Amino acid sequence: MKMELNEFLISAEEFGQRTGPHDAIVLSSRVRLARNIVGIPFPGRADRESKQRVLETVQPAVESLPEMKSHFSGAMADLKAVEKQILMERHLISREHAAKGAGSGIVLNRDETLCVMVNEEDHLRIQSIRPGLQLKQVWQRIDKFDSELEAKIGYAFSDKLGYLTACPTNLGTGIRVSAMLHLPGLVLNEQVNQIIQAVNKLGHTVRGFYGEGTEALGHIFQVSNQMTLGETEAEIVERINKVVLQIVEHEATARRTLLEKKPNELFNHVGRALGVTAHAHIISSKEAMNLLSLLRLGISMNLMPGLERSSLDELFLLIQPAHLQQTCGEKLASEQRDLVRAGLLRKRMKGVKGVKPPPEPSDA
Amino acid sequence: MKCSQCESPATVHLTEIIDGKTKKIDLCESCAKEKGVTDPSGFALADLLLGLGASSEIESSGEGKQLVCGACGFTQADFKKSGRLGCPECYSTFADPLEAMLKQMHKDTLHRGKVPAHLKEQRERGMKRADLQMQLEESIKAENYELAAQIRDQLKQFAVSTASRPKE
Repeated sequence: MKMELNEFLISAEEFGQRTGPHDAIVLSSRVRLARNIVGIPFPGRADRESKQRVLETVQPAVESLPEMKSHFSGAMADLKAVEKQILMERHLISREHAAKGAGSGIVLNRDETLCVMVNEEDHLRIQSIRPGLQLKQVWQRIDKFDSELEAKIGYAFSDKLGYLTACPTNLGTGIRVSAMLHLPGLVLNEQVNQIIQAVNKLGHTVRGFYGEGTEALGHIFQVSNQMTLGETEAEIVERINKVVLQIVEHEATARRTLLEKKPNELFNHVGRALGVTAHAHIISSKEAMNLLSLLRLGISMNLMPGLERSSLDELFLLIQPAHLQQTCGEKLASEQRDLVRAGLLRKRMKGVKGVKPPPEPSDA
Repeated sequence: MKCSQCESPATVHLTEIIDGKTKKIDLCESCAKEKGVTDPSGFALADLLLGLGASSEIESSGEGKQLVCGACGFTQADFKKSGRLGCPECYSTFADPLEAMLKQMHKDTLHRGKVPAHLKEQRERGMKRADLQMQLEESIKAENYELAAQIRDQLKQFAVSTASRPKE
């Protein structure tokens, strides 16, 4: 029997409990590869029939790989709107892919660290994600997976130009290396724009929470490479890794500075975030994300005894519109969601004690 | 909302629908003017996706005649409009207009990354051969005929071993 997506997905609780290096600042590391099949038009140009053929070729090939031993595999046309949105809220598929219907599909592995989108902008978009800063490990893993897949699928490849992609901006390696960063310290210190500009100058991209053209909700930023041709994958990974480590250092300094120079402002932000989440009756996902972000900051600075980072990360996911509806088991209008969201937060924040400033360091 | 080209606030919001795909772009007054967005008919997404001047690059090449991909029927106009290509073969069809664009967009125009395993050997042989060919030309230019003869022998060997390789 075919498994339903919501039975397959790991719980938000489990999702929140995942850990990785530097995870107080780096939420996740991701590498995606764009690949196409030789002799077939790219999805944007292909007719329904050839898209279907690609889907029927790619899905079984991907499913047969050892990393996909336990998997969810489906056609986008068979998924409900709320299921697609859940995948998007978990960053497993892009917004563009969520909008796809007939001829497009996904294959997802057991622990949600490996996902293949079929017929997004390219025939295959293979991506691997892990919590914390693990770009090199993620690259090694996806490289291996891609090599296994290439033995089964004839990729479109040119000696000179490398892997051929629908958009010339992905040409060559077809790689996008990105890290999702939580930067409330830099935002509160008003330094984040400087950092964004510096990163842009290096030829990298900084984006909001849900990728291209989205806002930096919850003080979350995505850093990724822009150029894909003329360098090896390892060089690109190394460069992004370096940039991320530098930003991590700046963020850590910004957090320390807040505590030393503007402690009252910091306690006020975190304390108010707790107050609102613990007592509000109507709350939008945007407001909730920004408040949870401040609480997450408080936790990382040991200001919130009794509140765990894992439960915060779980809430980050649970307050998203589709996850909220899944928890309730019914479709909710936006106004209803704001009520249910506030209810969930009140329940989870009940009994959480207020901000407890760390003890003054003694001069002795 | 900020302009997608510079940091100024965006005042022009453009939506273009290509093959049922919606693309939204936000621009400030001056960038909009610069790109001719005030006249939507003269505006190409290629410029935004692929960098300034990309659409005129696409248009000016091909010596006046319209390039069409023999494999998928994609035209120069399609490319200009969508900023994307139709199929892998398009990269040969549009090689000329792409060349300058890729130079601007990427670190280099030659792929240095991963190569599928079954092409690796073939590719390495090709590169070695090209290398020998270059050495040969250089040695002839330098009138080093002894070296040239040696390289020519190596190249001959190369041709023989390639020919005797069983076809896959």
